[in-house]
Amino acid sequence: MHEYPITEQIIKIASEKAKENNARSITRITLVVGEQSGFIGESIQMYFDIISKDTLCEGAVLEMENIKAKWYCPDCNIHYARQPFSFACPDCGNDGMPTNIGKEFYVKDIEIETE
Amino acid sequence: MAEKEIQVVQNIFDENDRIAFATQEKLGEMGVFVVNIMGAPGAGKTSSIINLIQQLSENKVYVIEGDIESDIDTVKLKELGIEAIQINTNGACHLDAPTIQSSLDGLSFDKPGLLFIENIGNLVCPAEFQIGEHIKMLICSAAEGSDKPYKYPLAFEKADVILLTKCDLKTYVDFNDEFFLKGVRALNKTAPVFEVNAKTGQGFEDVAEWLLQRKG
Repeated sequence: MHEYPITEQIIKIASEKAKENNARSITRITLVVGEQSGFIGESIQMYFDIISKDTLCEGAVLEMENIKAKWYCPDCNIHYARQPFSFACPDCGNDGMPTNIGKEFYVKDIEIETE
Repeated sequence: MAEKEIQVVQNIFDENDRIAFATQEKLGEMGVFVVNIMGAPGAGKTSSIINLIQQLSENKVYVIEGDIESDIDTVKLKELGIEAIQINTNGACHLDAPTIQSSLDGLSFDKPGLLFIENIGNLVCPAEFQIGEHIKMLICSAAEGSDKPYKYPLAFEKADVILLTKCDLKTYVDFNDEFFLKGVRALNKTAPVFEVNAKTGQGFEDVAEWLLQRKG
């Protein structure tokens, strides 16, 4: 359910860009999906196959670049993947801070076919 | 026939965020301060809204009640004389900006004041969508356990203010204050945490005072 309106939005973004470039069809859409974006790739793919019918996106390959979430330790100046139930920096043990790495969710590029 | 790669780099939330910003701006100009209430089912969102409205009695308050189905909370609010409307998402797990924008006509906005939007009871997706709010208020009950920041980090990270409800239950549920606050602070350095009890009204005076200061 959660991914349905988001998938519609992906098709809209890709189709508008394709029309601007006089595309006959879209053959590939690349999405960048952060681990903490809250969206599940398989779910987007399922809705995409249904909603893209009769649009420029029909038959396009949906590629996903997944990005692991990272925290930042200002004391050690490092980024790290946090362990479950902990926010601690693996080097100094102090709690670091969240970053935007892993929250990405955007259409990176599309591949189109023109006449 | 030729194949061509086109750079797009467009955030999928852009359209939602654009509508959210328009709502926030429109209501802000009317002197209406919008609070997005997030929290798990049963955390005490509606009870907290009612307690806050009692404390904010000199201010006009509007409520949008988001629910998957039923209008139980809206009926309760209306019985108390509160101007409230219901949105049923019929299964969707969060409110989004277009839904809120299209529901605004249901409220009078005849005076400046505050609009509380009770989001769907869920600690995951409501944190991902802007709906037109000025601030996000996270309601978290002691009964849910002190590990919530570790399990639902984004909700705590995005909150502007956190209410810990049902604080009278702390001793019965072995609530670990230190563990809870450590998690909250790792995720969010600035949001104040207010301990409240909706049954007795304890703590809501301070929250209301904070809200009015923030509203400005």
